[in-house]
Amino acid sequence: MFTIVKKESMADDTVILNEIEAPRIAAKARPGQFVILKANETGERIPLTISDLDAARGTITVIYMVVGKSTALFKTLEEGDAYQDVIGPLGKPTDIEKLGKVVCVGGGTGVAVLFPITRGFKEAGNEVVSIIGARNKDLLILEDKMRAASDTLHVCTDDGSYGHKGFVTEVLKEVLDSQKVDLVVAIGPVPMMKFVSKLTYEYNVKTLVSLNPIMIDGTGMCGGCRVSVGGETRFACVDGPEFDGHKVDYDGLMQRLNAYAKEEKAAYDEYCRLRGI
Amino acid sequence: MTGKAAKKEKIPRQPMPEQAADVRRRNFKEVPMGYSPETAITEAKRCLQCKKPACVTGCPVQIDIPGFIQQVAAGDFAAASQTIWGKNTLPAICGRVCPQEIQCEGECILGKKDEPVAIGNLERFVADFSREQDTGELPEKAASTGKKVAVVGSGPSGLTVAGDLLLKGHDVTMLEAFHKPGGVLVYGIPEFRLPKDIVASEVAALERLGLRIECNSVVGRTVSVDELFEEGYDAVYIGVGAGLPKFLNISGENLIGIYSANEYLTRANLMKGYLFPEYDTPLAKGKNVAVLGAGNVAMDSARTAMRLGAEQVRIVYRRSREEMPARAAEIHHAEEEGIEFYLLTNPIRFIGDDEGRVVQMECLQMELGEPDESGRRRPIPIEGSEFLLDCDLAVVAVGASANPLLTQSDPEIQLNRWGYIIADPKTGKTTKKGVWAGGDIVTGQATVILAMGAGRVAADSIHDYLTIGW
Ligand SMILES: Cc1cc2nc3c(=O)[nH]c(=O)nc-3n(C[C@H](O)[C@H](O)[C@H](O)COP(=O)(O)OP(=O)(O)OC[C@H]3O[C@@H](n4cnc5c(N)ncnc54)[C@H](O)[C@@H]3O)c2cc1C
Ligand SMILES: Cc1cc2nc3c(=O)[nH]c(=O)nc-3n(C[C@H](O)[C@H](O)[C@H](O)COP(=O)(O)OP(=O)(O)OC[C@H]3O[C@@H](n4cnc5c(N)ncnc54)[C@H](O)[C@@H]3O)c2cc1C
Ligand code: SF4
Ligand code: SF4
Ligand code: FES
Repeated sequence: MFTIVKKESMADDTVILNEIEAPRIAAKARPGQFVILKANETGERIPLTISDLDAARGTITVIYMVVGKSTALFKTLEEGDAYQDVIGPLGKPTDIEKLGKVVCVGGGTGVAVLFPITRGFKEAGNEVVSIIGARNKDLLILEDKMRAASDTLHVCTDDGSYGHKGFVTEVLKEVLDSQKVDLVVAIGPVPMMKFVSKLTYEYNVKTLVSLNPIMIDGTGMCGGCRVSVGGETRFACVDGPEFDGHKVDYDGLMQRLNAYAKEEKAAYDEYCRLRGI
Repeated sequence: MTGKAAKKEKIPRQPMPEQAADVRRRNFKEVPMGYSPETAITEAKRCLQCKKPACVTGCPVQIDIPGFIQQVAAGDFAAASQTIWGKNTLPAICGRVCPQEIQCEGECILGKKDEPVAIGNLERFVADFSREQDTGELPEKAASTGKKVAVVGSGPSGLTVAGDLLLKGHDVTMLEAFHKPGGVLVYGIPEFRLPKDIVASEVAALERLGLRIECNSVVGRTVSVDELFEEGYDAVYIGVGAGLPKFLNISGENLIGIYSANEYLTRANLMKGYLFPEYDTPLAKGKNVAVLGAGNVAMDSARTAMRLGAEQVRIVYRRSREEMPARAAEIHHAEEEGIEFYLLTNPIRFIGDDEGRVVQMECLQMELGEPDESGRRRPIPIEGSEFLLDCDLAVVAVGASANPLLTQSDPEIQLNRWGYIIADPKTGKTTKKGVWAGGDIVTGQATVILAMGAGRVAADSIHDYLTIGW
C-alpha cells in the first residue's frame, strides 16, 4: 500500500496534489520520469509524472487534473488513505546537461511535469527562462516553485486575468527574437506543444516535448502508447516520454488520445451520477 | 497383441464435457468442464501401462505418466497428485494449456491406431480434485539455509524456480512488474481457458510455503540487478518472458482500433476490461474484428472478441492450415464458436476514416512456394489478388520478442543477436556471476511447460551454487 501523506487542492479544486509514501521510487526517480497508479482492485492504471520527491522521507509528489472517472476516484482519496499500486519510476529521465540558456514552457497541469525538469536544468548551471500559462489566474499552478527554479519567469493567462494576456507561444516568440536560446522544453496540452514546436522549428532551436499517450503497463509490453516520431513508431513509456518536438506526429497522438472518448465519458457520467456530483 | 490390451482399446477416449459452442461464445466461463471421477477412472483404464512409456519422453518435465494414471484407475487421486507433483508443480495449469498433441499425447502408443490416452484431461482432473479437496497440507521443506534468492518475473518459469528453491530451504523473494503475479497466465491466457482463481491458488500455495512477492517492481527501473545483490540477495533468477509486441509495420497500423494482442488481452484479462464499467479499464468492442496471426495468442484474441459481442471475427493468416501454430484444441474451439479463417491471406495496409479509426484492411491472396529456412513452405503473393475486408477492430498477434527493459540495464548479462539472454541450457547460468535465466526470455515465446522445465534446471543449479559454489 502506498499511503497519501499530504493532499492539497489547487487551481480552484480542479487539480490535486498528493504526496505519497513510496521509498523505493523516491530513492531512484530522476526528473522526467513518471509512475503508474491504481487506486483499488477494480481501478485503471493511470500514468502521472513525478513532480517532486523527498528521498529522505521516502515520498514522491504527483499533481493531477481531474478529467475523468479515474482521476475523480483519485480525488476521493484523503490523507491517510492509500493507493493499492504505484509502479515506477518509469520512462527515460530527461537528459539534463549544461547547455547555456534553456527556456521551459508549461501549460495547464503540464507545469507539474515541467517543474522537476526546470529545477534540474537550473541546478546543472543553465540560465533558465520559464513561461507558464493557464486559462485564467485561478487555474495557474506551481507559480512560486517555478519562480524559484528559474532565473526569469513569465506568466500568461488566456483571459488576461493575470500576467500576459494570451498564449505562451507569444511570449516565447519574444524571447526567441531577443535572445540566443540553446534548448526549449515544452510540456502541456498537445496543441500547445505542437505550436511551440512549429515556432521553434522556424528558429531552429532544439525542442523537447513530453508526450502523454494512453498507457497500460508502462514497461514496453503492450504497444498501446505508440507514437510516430520522425516516421518511426516509438513506445512513449520506454523510449520517452520525451521526444524531439520537431519530429512528433501530434495529430496522430491527438487522435489516439480520443480512442476511448465515448467509453470514458459514459464511465465518468455514471460515476458522477452515482455520487451525485 | 495380447488379448488384454485389445480389450482395453475398446474403451473409446472419454470426451471432455464442454459448454455448448453457441452458449460459450458469448460468455467468459471456462469452456471444458472437467472429468467426473467416474469418467477419469474409465479413461485411465485405457492406458496400457507400457514398460517403456513413449508418452513420458514427450513430456518436457518427464512426469511419471503411467504411474499417476494407474493411481487414477485405482481411484487413489491423492496418490496420483503426489506422483505428478514430483515433477510438475503447476499441473492444473499444464493439464489445460500444454500442446498435448505434440507432447505427451503425441507420443502415446495408443495414438498410433486409435486415439491417445487423454493425459492432459487426467492431469487436470487430478489437480482440480486435489485443489478442491485442499487439506492445506504443504510439501515438506528442507531446513533453512539462510540464503536469499531473488526471482524476477512471476510467470511459470519464475513460479517453478521459486517453488523448488523454497522446498530446498532457501529464502525466496519474487519481483514482478505488474500489480498481480502470474505472467502470461494472468495477463495473456483468458479466463475461459484458464480461470484466474486457479493461478491465484497456485500462487497462494507458494506464499504459504514462505514466498514473498513484491509486485509493482520493475527490475531495471525500480531496482537493478546489482542493487539486488547489494540488498543481500545471493542469487538472481531472471524469468521476464518475451513481452515485446511485434507489429506488421504496414501503413495505417497506428490507427485507432488496432491493438497488439498484448494490449488487447491485458485489457481484457488482467484489467478485466470485459467487465467494464464495473472495472474501470475500457476495452474496445468491435463489430467486424480481424485477428492477424494463427497461434494461441491469435485464437485467444479472436475468441475474446467473439465473447465481447462481435458480429464477425476473422483469423487472417498468411500461411495455410497445416502451419497454424496454435494448439489443436484451440483451433477446434475457435471454429466451433464461429470464427472464420482467412488462410493464405496477407494484410498489406489498414484504411482509416477521417477520425483516424480503422474501417478496412487491404489484403493479398498468397500461395505456397518452396520451403524456407524454417522448413515451412514460403507464402508468396498472387499478383493482382488484392481485396478489402471491413474491420473496425484489428488485433495484431504475430508474435513477441525480447523486452529490452531489464537486459539493457545490465551489460554484464550477454544477449544473442535477437536480444534474448544467453543461458547455458544445462544450468540456466547467464554470463553474469550469480545470475540465472530461463523461459521465454531465453528461448523466445515457447510454452508454459518449457518455461517450467527451464525453471527446474535453474533451481537445481542455483541450489548447487548456494551450497557448493559457482
Ligand atoms: C507519461 C504520462 C505522464 C502524465 N502525467 C500527468 C500529470 O502529471 N498530471 C496530470 O494531470 N496528468 C498526467 N497525465 C495524463 C493522465 O494520465 C490522464 O489525464 C489520466 O489518465 C486521465 O484518466 P481519467 O480516467 O481520469 O480520465 P478519462 O476520462 O479516462 O480520460 C480523459 C483523458 O485522459 C486520457 N487518458 C485516459 N486513460 C489514460 C491512460 N491510461 N493513460 C494516459 N492517458 C489516459 C484520455 O486521452 C482522455 O482524453 C500523464 C500521462 C502520461 C502518459
Ligand atoms: C495469449 C497467450 C496464450 C498462450 N497460450 C499458451 C498455451 O495454450 N500453452 C502453452 O504452453 N503456452 C502458451 N503461451 C505461451 C506461454 O504462456 C509462455 O511461453 C510462458 O508463459 C512463458 O513463461 P515465462 O515464465 O518465461 O514468462 P511470462 O509468463 O511471460 O512471465 C514473465 C513475467 O515477468 C514480468 N516482467 C517482465 N519484465 C519485468 C521486469 N523488468 N521486472 C519484473 N518483472 C518483469 C512480466 O510482467 C511477467 O509477469 C501463450 C502465450 C500467450 C501470450
Ligand atoms: S505436463 Fe504437459 S506434456 Fe507433461 S504430461 Fe502434463 S500435459 Fe503432458
Ligand atoms: S504411451 Fe499411452 S498407453 Fe502407454 S503408458 Fe503412456 S499413456 Fe499409457
Ligand atoms: S504502455 Fe504499454 S508499451 Fe508503453
